[in-house]
Amino acid sequence: MNIHEFQAKSLFAQYGIPVPFGKAVYSVDEAGQVASEIKTDVVVVKAQIHAGGRGKAGGVKLAKDKKDVGKIAGEILGKVLVTHQTGTEGRCVRKLLVEEGVNIAKELYLSLLVDRTYSRPVFITSLEGGMEIEEVAARTPEKVIKEYIDPSVGFQQFNGRNMAFKLGLEPDVIKQFVSMAGKLYRLFVEKGASLIEINPLVITKDNRLIALDAKVSFDDNSLFRHEDIKAFRDLDEEEELEIEASKHGLNYVKLDGSIGCMVNGAGLAMATMDVIKLAGSEPANFLDVGGGASKETVKHAFQILLADNNVKGVFVNIFGGIVRCERIAGGILDAAKEVKLTVPLVVRLDGTNAKEGLEMLRSSGLNLEVASDIWEGAQKIVKLVGSK
Amino acid sequence: MGILVNKSTRLMVQGITGKEGSFHTSACLEYGTNIVAGVTPGKGGMDFEGVPVFNTVSEAVAATKPNVSMIFVPPGFAGDAIMESADAGIPLIVCITEGIPVNDMVQVKRFMEGKNSRLIGPNCPGIITPEECKIGIMPGFIHKKGRVGVISRSGTLTYEAVWQITKVGLGQSTCIGIGGDPVNGTNFIDLLEMFEKDKETDAIVMIGEIGGDAEERAAEFIKSNVTKPVIGFIAGITAPPGRRMGHAGAIISGGKGTASEKMAAMDKAGIKVVRNPALIGQTVAESL
Repeated sequence: MNIHEFQAKSLFAQYGIPVPFGKAVYSVDEAGQVASEIKTDVVVVKAQIHAGGRGKAGGVKLAKDKKDVGKIAGEILGKVLVTHQTGTEGRCVRKLLVEEGVNIAKELYLSLLVDRTYSRPVFITSLEGGMEIEEVAARTPEKVIKEYIDPSVGFQQFNGRNMAFKLGLEPDVIKQFVSMAGKLYRLFVEKGASLIEINPLVITKDNRLIALDAKVSFDDNSLFRHEDIKAFRDLDEEEELEIEASKHGLNYVKLDGSIGCMVNGAGLAMATMDVIKLAGSEPANFLDVGGGASKETVKHAFQILLADNNVKGVFVNIFGGIVRCERIAGGILDAAKEVKLTVPLVVRLDGTNAKEGLEMLRSSGLNLEVASDIWEGAQKIVKLVGSK
Repeated sequence: MGILVNKSTRLMVQGITGKEGSFHTSACLEYGTNIVAGVTPGKGGMDFEGVPVFNTVSEAVAATKPNVSMIFVPPGFAGDAIMESADAGIPLIVCITEGIPVNDMVQVKRFMEGKNSRLIGPNCPGIITPEECKIGIMPGFIHKKGRVGVISRSGTLTYEAVWQITKVGLGQSTCIGIGGDPVNGTNFIDLLEMFEKDKETDAIVMIGEIGGDAEERAAEFIKSNVTKPVIGFIAGITAPPGRRMGHAGAIISGGKGTASEKMAAMDKAGIKVVRNPALIGQTVAESL
């Protein structure tokens, strides 16, 4: 789960990690009011959306004069930002962070995540603040410093010193850096984070270390332990259909193609998307109905697929393992009665009792085509949609 | 024979009295798996379909000497269950549970360092040596004894591949689901090494997906260490970056972990990469 910058900064503040003074606002009036509480001359107005690249898209602006904050806020609020992470449709700005300006002497990069290969938390830091770390790593890998943490004892002071001295920081900044890294580690573990990224982490002209930006993501699997983090969820930042799907325990991701797919299992669902592309079309979604697809889940899945106007045909691909195919066929038939099917449907059933399931579908009189394998199914649905 | 599990395996089930645990214990018993013990704290002294239930793993070990554990404990407690088995010296631990917090798995992996236990999973279908021993949630009947080893990060996609192999008239030596989580136990490389050494395995099918670099590292290993034919498939060529595709570990982040990168690495290592998942069985038949 992703959260906003202002939420991440509030968590930082809880853990004693220095951030600029600022507040989240939802209107031009509020923006002006917060600006008047700010002591610095320069005020920064930052769009709050769940995507990076806001600056380049015009979502981050400086007000050299506080009087301009309202005007700038008015320009950004309601604007649709298109960045490399939003897709072409962009993201509408509904909230802003208004905060004090900072006198920057140096920009650093600092992040903390779990390294999949070594199964350990790792800090990544670099003097190339403000740049995408992947770019720095690709161009100048020697400038990327990594520090692995032993999870049995957690962060130690020496871990912080290793990084700080490699970065070549000045003595009083080193102390601040070591302390900050320790607090970040505590936040990471205690709140079940999957990524903390500060880019840039700045050293001010008066030698203070401040998190100028803050990006924090959480491990969905640990949210059940953290009610406070769950409360940060912002439905405005999610696809309506994805919210609806999550209510029914369905794993759904909306894509841009025209063939809706309903599959059991995540790996098979991805393979089904891939095979639709191989057959000459594009998938409209990823949808995993899970191991025990019942009549109810199949019905909700159909409703979600058909609510997407881009969907011109549906491909159901089920490999019956523990779940028997005739039960799934029954689920499809029941669901098809309740949900008005207006687009072509191809069903592929294989595995446990596939023959019986397919026979039920064939003899039902329902307007659908059956397929005996994944490739045949993909070709059929692409042909049906293409010929329409 | 196959690898890791066979007729002489003595299985213990942690979480045997739960909904999932009891359902799949029955299915494994029916397949012929030798289940010697179950563990559910507080239910010690009971029996489940003739299998004695104990309060702790150490009690079960003392009384029944299991050498493999299968875990169906809910996500918040599964890490603890894995460590309990590792602490008791169980050589092979198969964790089926989906949804374990990543930080729990980080602690588990650290705990297991230097211990003599191997973990498979979590978030996986399990492991099966056809017609000998089924440990997990896979449907038994799609498998057939044979000479193809299967390693996969997925569940139903593995069934798909296995079923195709069976339908072309071949069979499997052992099939292992290594799980869809970012931090897991055994990875491709250890299993590839075992299949390479296994006299009952002639070819290996490796099914990967987007996210991480386990497939790239496996490809590197295969180049210089595996002489048997390897057939590979990677799911997720159409997956968009930055979105989690069902499995916690199936995500392209920072432009890394894409399907095309993985396929290229596998191509380079001499692996036969199948683009169309419907052709896995046929491709295996052709390479033998």
